[in-house]
Amino acid sequence: MNIESSIWKKAIQTGLIGGVISLLLGVVGMVAAFENTYLISGVITMGQILILAPFLFESYSAIRHASSKQPLNLLVVGGLTGLMGGVVLAAFIGFNQLLNVRSVLINVSPDLITQWTFNLPLLAGVLVLLVAALITGMIAAGIYLLPSRIRGALSMAVLVVLALGLFRDLIITVILHWGFVQYIFLWIFAQVGMTIPGALVVFVLVGGLVYWRSGIDQKAINLRRSPKRQRIIRWGTIGVLAVIVLLLPQIMGMYFSEILDDVGIYVLMGLGLNIVVGFAGLLDLGYVAFYAIGAYTLGVLTTSEAVGLLHLSFWAALPLALVVAVFAGVVLGLPILRLRGDYLAIVTLGFGEIIRILVLSDWFKPLLGGSEGIQRIGQPTIGTFVFSNQQQLFYIILAGIIVAGFIATRLKDSHLGRSWMALREDEDVAEAMGINKVITKLLAFGTGALFSGLGGVLFATKVGSVYPQSFSFIVSINILSLIIIGGLGSIPGVFVGGLVLVGLPLVLSQFADFVYLIYGASLIFMMLSRPEGLWPEARRKLELRGEESGPSPQENPKPATSDAGH
Amino acid sequence: MAILISDKVTKRFGGLEAVSKVDLELNEHAIYSIIGPNGAGKTTFFNCVTGFYTPEEGKIVFKGRNITGLSPDRVTRLGISRTYQNIRLFKNMTAVENILVGMQPHLKSGLLGGIFRDPRTNREEKEAVEEAVRLLTFINLKGKGDLLAKNLPYGEQRRLEIGRALASKPALLLLDEPTAGMNPRETQDMVDFIRRLRDELGVTILLIEHQMRVVMSISEQISVLDFGVKIAEGTPLEIQKNPHVVEAYLGRGAASGLGQAKPAD
Repeated sequence: MNIESSIWKKAIQTGLIGGVISLLLGVVGMVAAFENTYLISGVITMGQILILAPFLFESYSAIRHASSKQPLNLLVVGGLTGLMGGVVLAAFIGFNQLLNVRSVLINVSPDLITQWTFNLPLLAGVLVLLVAALITGMIAAGIYLLPSRIRGALSMAVLVVLALGLFRDLIITVILHWGFVQYIFLWIFAQVGMTIPGALVVFVLVGGLVYWRSGIDQKAINLRRSPKRQRIIRWGTIGVLAVIVLLLPQIMGMYFSEILDDVGIYVLMGLGLNIVVGFAGLLDLGYVAFYAIGAYTLGVLTTSEAVGLLHLSFWAALPLALVVAVFAGVVLGLPILRLRGDYLAIVTLGFGEIIRILVLSDWFKPLLGGSEGIQRIGQPTIGTFVFSNQQQLFYIILAGIIVAGFIATRLKDSHLGRSWMALREDEDVAEAMGINKVITKLLAFGTGALFSGLGGVLFATKVGSVYPQSFSFIVSINILSLIIIGGLGSIPGVFVGGLVLVGLPLVLSQFADFVYLIYGASLIFMMLSRPEGLWPEARRKLELRGEESGPSPQENPKPATSDAGH
Repeated sequence: MAILISDKVTKRFGGLEAVSKVDLELNEHAIYSIIGPNGAGKTTFFNCVTGFYTPEEGKIVFKGRNITGLSPDRVTRLGISRTYQNIRLFKNMTAVENILVGMQPHLKSGLLGGIFRDPRTNREEKEAVEEAVRLLTFINLKGKGDLLAKNLPYGEQRRLEIGRALASKPALLLLDEPTAGMNPRETQDMVDFIRRLRDELGVTILLIEHQMRVVMSISEQISVLDFGVKIAEGTPLEIQKNPHVVEAYLGRGAASGLGQAKPAD
């Protein structure tokens, strides 16, 4: 009896949480922002998904934790959880009728209320909302009861359909220069979102494909293949991927190339910060300082304006800018060698701000232009070819990432990389093992500053001008967030984190207002449910190296589906 | 020949003298124990020897060289290595990696070697891994080298920590309570293992130990610390009979109960 009642208590609790999340999404304005974003034309909007999705997730979690797995019991638990979510919204709507809360919560507009009540009269709408919540909860139970293979196929198909609908505008801009292929895509897309037949076809195709694939035991097939064939397949995949990456700017068009460039610069800096924070465990919150130093050094040295010095070419200024950034890294590193953890974080944070304020100051104005910044920064050239637009700059940034990725990968598995990790694990013991703390830490700071400086250089030449506002504290936080989301210490994780945290907000312009809300929520969620990150760091096998056939350890963890999940 | 000489070493924390004018002379290839009640200053003395603390007074001479005030990494490079009372492995690194970090004093490759992997670096790395696997075999952890240190059972963590300390090829090994938390069977294994370290590798061993049975069976010389002061030194037999020691461990009444001469203050 006692256990029974606790199940209901749990279901009600979880349901209330789902309701509060749904309510929050509405109150912050997300639901209203997606009011007309139809995912499937005339059927469902992103706003409605945002209302109902929390109910679905919470019901599913309540069902998963239910002690009795009787189908009927699960249906009741799911329904109750969903219903409780609906009750929260309904209660809020009622409260709003009595007492207009809009003066406090400005997003609670009549618009939002009509959305919550599905464009129906108030009472009927609230009833429909409750029923919808109830059904959503029961659907969650239904999903849970499905065999896992079908469940996997179903959820992937739904996610793909929703993602296609959500990204419709962007996909259209990309496919418009794909020749005849565009007609296939144009058929599945409506004016907003997907057409109903298009959605059905995609759903069946994706669902079927996933169902079919999940029946194949990939490992067994791999084992049956000869090592030589495995190698051919692996290199073939790498080759195809490389070609795709090289063609990306052409495939994606100008608009996406700019986004790719932004993501690339953040990934590049993430690779550097990953060395400092992920490998060596030195929590650096002033990483933006070296980014600014790199950008401004390049700006000062290459601008064709009067404020600059020397007026060098991009390639001549690049090494100088990197040297200055590394030097700054070492100079900052020296006084803070003795600091640990939170103290280190505070001091580096201060350093980042100092650089920004120095740049803004009147003192440096003749050289750095104060708040007007520096314009007309030099662009990279090869012979007479100028890397002037975003598509061409992509290749320069890609080259930077390849160099940084190569260095980071090599160092991770080197003797120095192990020393960094030892310092991260236990500084005192590392010292007692004969590791020179001063040199080892400075190497980490220097290498990190090098990549950050390079990021700054590329940013400056990409934008063509630098302003102090571009180098605020939030840049450091963004880079730190992306390596934490990706997985501290993990190199592929930096790429995943960059795509998710930098790429997605840029692609989903409707989300722009909510970027930091999503950052915060996803960081909390990650820390609670998956603290090792989306693509966790894997330790290399050394003792039994080569005794295991199969993919190398870096390829072992499956990349989390980065784009489909949001 | 004395490998380590501690000459009137004193370490203070505020008003407290944690180690007070401790003299010690350790012969090469000896197994030497320091015992004493909790808080007697044994671990503080270890920290002074390994460079983690700088003593306020006195000096420490290792192989004829004054090492007082050197940083811990320098001391390790000169040939002193240690383990910790509460195991302090690099928990999120594998067993082999722990040992490879311990080899630090013998590995020369740095930043550029790590990036470019020149033949010399590759050779050094290959030899280091081979050496690490040999050490794993010696500490009886063969086949477990790729497990994370934190996933090893307690006794194996203890051995791994010793293996990591051995990786720097020390002349002097400081073991801080290596049998803490072990059952009698594991303790006996550890005692045999420590003997092997001395007999097969020729390492001099300085030991902090609480289990009297271990101390008395393994040590050639023993020093007793109490409140930072060395109150006795001698062979196990001499220590067992020493009234000062009995008093320090069991209280004044017990000491007089032995019928020995009353200790002067």
